[in-house]
Amino acid sequence: MAVITAPDKTPAATAPRQGRRIPPPLLLNLLALVLGVAVWAIVAATGLVDVPGPLSVGSRALDLLGDGTLAEDALASLRRVLLGFVLGTLLAVPVGFLMGWYPLARGLLEPYVQFFRTVPPLAIIPLAIVLMGIDETPKVFVIFLAAFLSSVVAAFQGVIGVDRTLIDAARVLGAPDRVIFLKVVIPAATPFLLVGARIGLGAAWGTVVAAELIAADKGLGYEMMHAQTYYDIPTIFVGLITIGVIGLLMDRLLLLAERRLTGWQERR
Amino acid sequence: MSTGTSPNRSSGARDRTARPKISFRDVVKTFPLKDGDFTALDRVSLDVGDREFVTVVGPSGCGKSTLLNMAAGLVGPSAGQVLVDGAPVTGPGPERGVIFQQYALFPWLTVRGNVEFGLKLTSLPAEERTRRADHAIELVGLTDFADALPKTLSGGMKQRCAIARAYAVDPEVLLMDEPFGALDALTRVQLQDQLLSTWTRERRTVLFITHDVDEAVYLARRVVVMAARPGRIHRIVEVDLPYPRTEELRLSPEFARIRNEVWTSVYHQQPAGSAA
Ligand SMILES: Nc1ncnc2c1ncn2[C@@H]1O[C@H](COP(=O)(O)OP(=O)(O)OP(=O)(O)O)[C@@H](O)[C@H]1O
Ligand SMILES: [Mg+2]
Repeated sequence: MAVITAPDKTPAATAPRQGRRIPPPLLLNLLALVLGVAVWAIVAATGLVDVPGPLSVGSRALDLLGDGTLAEDALASLRRVLLGFVLGTLLAVPVGFLMGWYPLARGLLEPYVQFFRTVPPLAIIPLAIVLMGIDETPKVFVIFLAAFLSSVVAAFQGVIGVDRTLIDAARVLGAPDRVIFLKVVIPAATPFLLVGARIGLGAAWGTVVAAELIAADKGLGYEMMHAQTYYDIPTIFVGLITIGVIGLLMDRLLLLAERRLTGWQERR
Repeated sequence: MSTGTSPNRSSGARDRTARPKISFRDVVKTFPLKDGDFTALDRVSLDVGDREFVTVVGPSGCGKSTLLNMAAGLVGPSAGQVLVDGAPVTGPGPERGVIFQQYALFPWLTVRGNVEFGLKLTSLPAEERTRRADHAIELVGLTDFADALPKTLSGGMKQRCAIARAYAVDPEVLLMDEPFGALDALTRVQLQDQLLSTWTRERRTVLFITHDVDEAVYLARRVVVMAARPGRIHRIVEVDLPYPRTEELRLSPEFARIRNEVWTSVYHQQPAGSAA
């Protein structure tokens, strides 16, 4: 009897979970996009707000793509972000781990990390320009700082959060500190590191545009600033959309890495 | 005949000839709390003979895990001495294998990865490592799950993986903290018999914590009964039953008598409140 009733129950039990009525999320996302563009087109066409419509922005995007300006600007911005981000995260990992592992390092470094975290990286720009000139260095530096500060805290949290019994388990198997660090602490802290990297990348991308607004001769931020002086709203729109799309793509890439590297986690 | 003996310095009558493998001498362990110190263990003295099998039972919170962790070298005594082979314990080492109450598996490694963790720290050649890991995994019946991640295992399977990880490095001393706690009755009995047969063959020294009185009596030559608040040794019960131990022995009146004796001293300890 039990054998017969069990299969009967299964579809009934799973049906509500499947939620047949709701279409798949990707379709919903697309629908929302189309709707948004439609609303934008209507608003622009009626002249309710003085903005260019999707068509003029689209054609401007094609122009900019055609003459290579968009790619050049996007590459210039990306280069700064990636350079600053990679340097910042690379430094954040050892510093964060030092702070988590050695109370001495924590005591010495924590006040600085906490202090600079409360200063918006953009506020550093004037100082950076004065000290480093107006070429690439101050921009990369500010992005570096933004990425570093958000990653370092995550790395530090990751290390102090490592389950004590895992460290003990490695110790009783004879693992020396070096092995415990490489084979237990680093893998255990990886989920935190990746979250830190995602936040760091977001911070870096947000900072680059602002840095370029202040002083640059290339880059998406510069191009928008330039467009602003000529009241060239379509170009500003193209810049904004490009920034959003690239930021989203980078975030998805890191999310993918996170999924692959931390699939062992019990809950996500 | 089995004799209950009073605590403190009464242990290991038969192993007097040899130096005890593990000895606790007037060990005190206090933990600092907001309102003064908390005494987890109060002047505990116990000798575990070389190749002896000793089980520890007692109410929750009486300091069993603390005692075991001190032998493992993970926790230092506040006063007194913990000696292994006559030398004070200064830290953990692979010659003392530990099976933790909370499994403590590395969640990013597969069953085989976990079992090989300790082996990779030795100078054994790769084939030998694999052979030993496979053997340990087979011993606990996880061969089909060798490549599974811990998150996909049941509680009992995780525990068996932890056991395999400790067995694999072949330690002289096994410190086991309720290793069979999460297992079903059948697997539990199988692993008990496996443990005993490995022990009779290879004669490791085993310090084994359990809350199961039957298990404590079935496995050990001596059962240490602890009391709580403060944690201390209440009584040591000698189990005068021959090895190898069998299913019949479990059902024998002699076994029942000793089990009742242990049961009584665990659950009818003087200050009420520590009973189950
Ligand atoms: N790090 C610690 N800090 C403070 N108190 C602790 C610490 N570790 C253990 N204790 C206390 O010491 C006592 C003994 O703990 P222990 O884990 O050894 O008990 P146990 O006998 O193993 O209990 P159980 O059967 O529940 O596992 C408990 O009251 C516990 O609260
Ligand atoms: Mg315990």
